[in-house]
Amino acid sequence: MTATGQPASPAPAPGAPDERLLRTSPLRRLLGRPELGSVVGAVAVFLFFAVVADSFLQASSFGTVLYAASTIGIMAAPVALLMIGGEFDLSAGVLVTSSALISSMFSYQMTANVWVGVFVSLLVTLAFGAFNGFMLTRTKLPSFIITLGTFLMLTGLNLGFTKLISGTVSTKSIGDMEGFGSARKVFASQLTIGGMELKVTILWWFVLVAIATWVLLRTRFGNWIFAVGGEAEAARAVGVPVIRTKIGLYLGVAFAAWVSGQHLLFSYDVVQSGEGVGNELTYIIAAVIGGCLITGGYGSAIGSAVGAFIFGMTSKGIVYAEWNPDWFKFFLGAMLLLATLLNAWVRKRAEATA
Amino acid sequence: MGAVLAAVLGASLVGCSSTGGKRAEERAAQAAEGRSAVDTPRWTFAMVTHSGDGDTFWDIVQSGAKQAAVKDNINFLYSHHDEAQQQAQLVQAAIDKKVDGLIVTLAKPDAMKAVVAKATKAGIPVITVNSGSAESAEFGALTHIGQDESIAGEAVGDELDKRGRKKALCILHEQGNVGHEQRCDGAKKSFGGTLQNLYVDGTNMPDVQASIEAKLQSDKSIDAVVTLGAPFADAAVKAKDSAGSKAEIDTFDLNAKVATALKDGTLGFAVDQQPYLQGYEAVDLLWLHRYNRNALGGGLPVLTGPQIITADDASELAEYTKRGTR
Repeated sequence: MTATGQPASPAPAPGAPDERLLRTSPLRRLLGRPELGSVVGAVAVFLFFAVVADSFLQASSFGTVLYAASTIGIMAAPVALLMIGGEFDLSAGVLVTSSALISSMFSYQMTANVWVGVFVSLLVTLAFGAFNGFMLTRTKLPSFIITLGTFLMLTGLNLGFTKLISGTVSTKSIGDMEGFGSARKVFASQLTIGGMELKVTILWWFVLVAIATWVLLRTRFGNWIFAVGGEAEAARAVGVPVIRTKIGLYLGVAFAAWVSGQHLLFSYDVVQSGEGVGNELTYIIAAVIGGCLITGGYGSAIGSAVGAFIFGMTSKGIVYAEWNPDWFKFFLGAMLLLATLLNAWVRKRAEATA
Repeated sequence: MGAVLAAVLGASLVGCSSTGGKRAEERAAQAAEGRSAVDTPRWTFAMVTHSGDGDTFWDIVQSGAKQAAVKDNINFLYSHHDEAQQQAQLVQAAIDKKVDGLIVTLAKPDAMKAVVAKATKAGIPVITVNSGSAESAEFGALTHIGQDESIAGEAVGDELDKRGRKKALCILHEQGNVGHEQRCDGAKKSFGGTLQNLYVDGTNMPDVQASIEAKLQSDKSIDAVVTLGAPFADAAVKAKDSAGSKAEIDTFDLNAKVATALKDGTLGFAVDQQPYLQGYEAVDLLWLHRYNRNALGGGLPVLTGPQIITADDASELAEYTKRGTR
């Protein structure tokens, strides 16, 4: 098609808006947000349990729900970023347990101040994240395979090493060691506000989500994440450091795994080596409910928090409603489908009218 | 659509069965039902266990608890999660609900310590069941109802001796389960012959069978196999048959299949910890505590096992396993 024969488009009259810039109404912009579907879902779930479960609206119950949500949400935020970047991390669940085990066993075996163990654990956990990212970018294999490998290896290492070093499947208690008190304050303390017990994980969760959102929407790194998740080759062609971005995302997941792991350790002073398996899917579900596309390039960190909140409300709401927990998984699956359908529908509408 | 429906209806009319099926189940259920036998207010008791999804054992515990709940006019709530952190959260949720009594398992005692303390502080009586006999009293629970795994293991060792076995295999289907290790260690301690541990992947039945088969093929002198859960006894029997081994298969726990296998002699013996009793007694003892401040056990755990079951008892028990109470 050529421009010949067609009248040249007139230059915009001075003062008139540039036709390339489309003004969208605030409502439409709101509809275009990835987390909209999940927010609608969260409100629906909240109202639902508020009606059917009489103890759901108590302050103390709300504290429990928030705590449950925060333990998932801390991990879901970086996992959402990773998914926007187009990758998966199936090792995220057991990495939490690994992180707690390393911290606990290092402190105990070395009879060191527990903070030493905490920092050793940070380094090793980040190394695992870097390993994931490095293997992925080097081998160009799908992240599903790479992290499935690390998932299985970590599961084995957790059990094997714990049994080798401690003689049993759980670690020895570090509750009486130096630094435990202060570390517990940081990772597992709680605050009572107006009858509501708030665990410090809720604060960690909010801070991590805020940072993730800021990175995603306000920094160059955030643009890179969207770019590599949308189309990695095209992103590389325009100069986005794809390898660095992906490794960075895996480091983010590792950091959150460290926070969760330390919380696990300092709330119970011992760690069960076989735990964490299956949680990686929980994080992915929270991110997807929150509007992340499984194919990458689209999603939000706030959405993951809403997804985690839905998770927390559902898992505890069923208890408050005195229902048979056998149905929990069904409920969750239905919620996942509904949230994604709603998301897809809203997005299509928003794009069609844009 | 209509044709399919007609076909299904037709088939069910033509093909009536006079034995088993849903109808037999309903008849059995009628026998077990009942009405409240007390006039105490309707208290709410919650049970939070470390069970995974869809576990037969915990179904039996629940049916015991529910039967006692009916009798004692109790609103019985049940929840479970196999991860310590989640289980603790569920206990917290029960405390939020201000239940009148709490039944918990202490499979991962350290994780439950704080939340059990919170419950007792809130004035909720706690009874521990199944696992945690060592920690129960320390955590402030009224009593503990369950089986001592080491004692149960030793009972197995003695029974193997009685049956003249020389070389036994202990099949552990869950890596890292402390209770399982205790069972095999207990058996090793009291058994006169030698006992070897074999780890298998319990979530993968064909793999369980293949592993046992390989072991039996490579060592023909093994004359006894002990599995730690009822479903694995069946896999062990299949493995024995295809390996051409003469070993006797024995197992921990009961189910309908184990009971029939005991009856026809495929299995040597089973060690039962009476899960029904663990649920029933827990609810009943909480009720007694609320009603009359009674406590059982005198500060020591109340043992529900081990009970050794052989072919002699099996025919009666077969019926009870079918209705899901043994």
